Amino acid sequence: MQDLTRISSAETATAQDGAAILDVRDLRTYFYTDEGVVRAVDGISYSVPPGETLGIVGESGSGKTVAALSLMRLIDDPARIVGGEINFDGRDVVKLSDEELRKIRGGGIAMVFQDPMTSLNPVLNIARQLVETMVVHGRLTEEQALERAIKLLGRMGITAPERAVDSYPHQFSGGMRQRVMLAMGFSNEPQLLIADEPTTALDVTIQAQILELIVELNRDFKTAIVLISHNLGVIASVCSRVVVMYAGEIVEEGPTEKILADPRHPYTWALINAVPRIDRHVPGQRRLVTIDGTPPDPLNMPAGCRFAARCPFRIEKCEQHPELLEIAPGRKSRCWVTQAGGDLPPPETSRGAPAEAKARPDVHHGSETVIKRGERMLELRNVVKHFPLPKTTLFGKQKWVHAINGVSLDIAQGETVGLVGESGCGKSTLARVIARIHEPTAGSVLFHGQDIAHASQAQVRPLRRRMQMVFQDPYASLNPRMTVGDILGEPLRFHEVTHNEKETRERIAELLDVVGLPQKAAARYPHEFSGGQRQRISIARALSVRPDFIIADEPISALDVNIQAQIINLMIDLQERFGLTYLFIAHDLAVVRHISDRVVVLYLGSVMEIAPADTLFAEPLHPYTRYLISAVPIPDATVEAARQRLPLQGEPPSTVDPPSGCPFRTRCPIAQGICAEVMPPVAEVRPNHFVACHFPGQF
Amino acid sequence: MSVAAETGVTAVDKPKSLWRRNFRRYGLPGFGAAIIVVWILIAAFAPLLTPYAPDLVDVTKRLQPPSQMHWLGTDMLGRDVLTRLFYGARISLFTGIVVVVVAAVFGTLVGGIAAYSRGRIEEVTMRITDLVLCFPPIILALAIAAALGIGAVNTIIAMLVVWWPKFARLARSMIIVQRSQEYVEAAMVVGYSPARILIRHIIPNSVGPLIVLVTLDVGNAIITFAGLSFLGLGVVPPTPEWGSMVAEGRELIEQWWVAAFPGLAILSIVLGFNFMGDGVRDWLDPKSRRW
Repeated sequence: MQDLTRISSAETATAQDGAAILDVRDLRTYFYTDEGVVRAVDGISYSVPPGETLGIVGESGSGKTVAALSLMRLIDDPARIVGGEINFDGRDVVKLSDEELRKIRGGGIAMVFQDPMTSLNPVLNIARQLVETMVVHGRLTEEQALERAIKLLGRMGITAPERAVDSYPHQFSGGMRQRVMLAMGFSNEPQLLIADEPTTALDVTIQAQILELIVELNRDFKTAIVLISHNLGVIASVCSRVVVMYAGEIVEEGPTEKILADPRHPYTWALINAVPRIDRHVPGQRRLVTIDGTPPDPLNMPAGCRFAARCPFRIEKCEQHPELLEIAPGRKSRCWVTQAGGDLPPPETSRGAPAEAKARPDVHHGSETVIKRGERMLELRNVVKHFPLPKTTLFGKQKWVHAINGVSLDIAQGETVGLVGESGCGKSTLARVIARIHEPTAGSVLFHGQDIAHASQAQVRPLRRRMQMVFQDPYASLNPRMTVGDILGEPLRFHEVTHNEKETRERIAELLDVVGLPQKAAARYPHEFSGGQRQRISIARALSVRPDFIIADEPISALDVNIQAQIINLMIDLQERFGLTYLFIAHDLAVVRHISDRVVVLYLGSVMEIAPADTLFAEPLHPYTRYLISAVPIPDATVEAARQRLPLQGEPPSTVDPPSGCPFRTRCPIAQGICAEVMPPVAEVRPNHFVACHFPGQF
Repeated sequence: MSVAAETGVTAVDKPKSLWRRNFRRYGLPGFGAAIIVVWILIAAFAPLLTPYAPDLVDVTKRLQPPSQMHWLGTDMLGRDVLTRLFYGARISLFTGIVVVVVAAVFGTLVGGIAAYSRGRIEEVTMRITDLVLCFPPIILALAIAAALGIGAVNTIIAMLVVWWPKFARLARSMIIVQRSQEYVEAAMVVGYSPARILIRHIIPNSVGPLIVLVTLDVGNAIITFAGLSFLGLGVVPPTPEWGSMVAEGRELIEQWWVAAFPGLAILSIVLGFNFMGDGVRDWLDPKSRRW
């Protein structure tokens, strides 16, 4: 054994000097692609003392995941570690033989991945997978391992672990699987746990549970944790120190609360300010702070500061490449401005046009019909949608997925209605029923006074010009075999919005201009664009036929925070310009609060609460709403520490066999006898504030 | 790599054999395509390439070993093996391509209708494909060809009967995958009719794997046709065909050239189509590419 305490060199003489468990020095991982060398990780150094929690934050493509995979040499051709050292427990992982490396993988360092759906082997039961992990490292016999597996699962918060070990992964939900992954990670008592976006695929209430578990595990097992996330709120609720990555480099490093309160790199500054805050909503301030441009081409990195092209604080010296230098005790930054003692002022609050923001023009763009704002546009009455499940046996009873169970909702001209809820609550199904991709099982959908619930597609077709949809996945929602010009032009010709090719071309040009894309985009194919640009194309397509109502189904959840902010700003701009009405579906409550006039909370296909956004977030009356709001992590360590967390236990029940009475009663702390018998009606408890609860506001 | 010099990285690992990757990606498919082009040229210009006629019988010269006069020797009836090989390429290429293309078009149509109509129509058509797929293909083709009688056209018909179901299955699964994509929902929201969505949006996105299967499958069809000819179906005797040429040489141990060269011809053309098919797959679906 080598010396366990490899002292870090003098240049990183921080408080963490000494017995770092992980010490990364100038790590470089490059991808040798056909087009050239991509420097995904380009010389990063950091160290993790035992028991510390370090967060790594950055947008997609910043190299944070590759950096994490490199720690265990889990990278494959065409990627290679081309330089640097990874000192774990006194040994350089880069130079280890495969045999020694295997001991570290799982034994010394454990890893939890983003996608809990694919990171467990579907054909082995939980017991086999957990026992195997422990037995391979030769510390335990099979019996001991099984006993420990059950204990661990119990510790991870899985109920009835004795039974759970015999289950297969598909029988578990995403949150449960992530708990199993954590149990597996901790099974060999690792000194370091790397969690790569462990909660990104989970709902906010489940995310809160998992994050809390990670914090407890760190405290109880003294395991150091490297948490990788794009979400500053997640980092703030777990990590004591944070490293910010941009374009393969570390641009800032320091204690979490200091970085969040006072970022010293413009990129961190932009990250923090691009996210709407659930706890801090300034009325009238509709625009979010965004930075222009995109990250540099990794094949062709600029010679100077890599962020300079997008930086609002750029100075002349940024032509030269800055080093990561200490700017305050324990804080480092790669920025000429802050290294010279400058600071980054908070963004001006008067961006955009707050004064006029609320007074939106009442014009229906290209309008034949001028409709007054406030006029009722969409009315849902007791909409029900049940999907049949395939029968498992020939004579079995037909089972149904109860996706939507009687939703009534009005949407008025010109307003933005936010629709929130956990996955599986029926948000997307409701959107598709309104857009008549699905036919509702019962109830009525009145759009501009016409009931389209059971109308034929031919009858609905004329109304399609007034109602359009923007989808979640910018990669799947555009036909990959059509040029952008065709994607935008086809609806125009189909609905005879334009009457000849010249008009069509002009309209396409106008649409591209409206969503902020260059004219030459029309001749290109969707795959040539980034996620944010594709979402702009998607919005342009929705706008092409001049609708007045747009259903946006999670339009920003697949995007990085800065791009999210750009898309939100664009949608607000378009609403103000064209008087659009939005039904905005999202699981990110902060975003919903920011953009919406009114918010609808959905749970298991039923409306729990409807209220104006500010009222809902200030005084939620339904217990479920309170839990949801409380589960959102806030990117402010001080606020986060002072907050009282309401832990919502368990998972939503199955939609195949929903609970009787109030659907939330199985998880509700104030549920009583009546809740199991009678579904509470959606009642107007206060003006404009509707709640479906027998005991509103009593929690 | 030049980056190493710039950044002063000491331990630069080169990616694992760039040469091998390039060979896999461009070399083998190119080689396969070259084989096919050569065979197509031979088939087209067969009369110009050889002084003999394929059915010229000269019993005095029977079973001569390869010589200057007859590069690949002669068969039992004194016919020039090389000449027959050249003319045989016409039949092999023609049957292989016709069988696969016709089967692909028909199968895609059936699969497309099944996937799009759902319900009973889908059930019936897909069970018929299952039924056909239940039989070992070569034996079913053998039975059908035997019932129809010997002859190239009858053998092609027999092969078509067993050939279309796999395309129907693939097309159906591809279209079902595409149907649930968001861009199809987007097209529904614009209000397009189902036929327009199928033709303009779904099918263009489903053809990639079908094209791959077509290229990979031509070699398969050629070998099946040769197999049927070897078993005595397929072509009528004097016609030069590789499978029947192998059959003629089957019992001649000393005169190896009679069977060996047609066998090698089959090998080369099937290999050519397989190499090219791999290349087409990598090109259309970069994700399946192995490094």
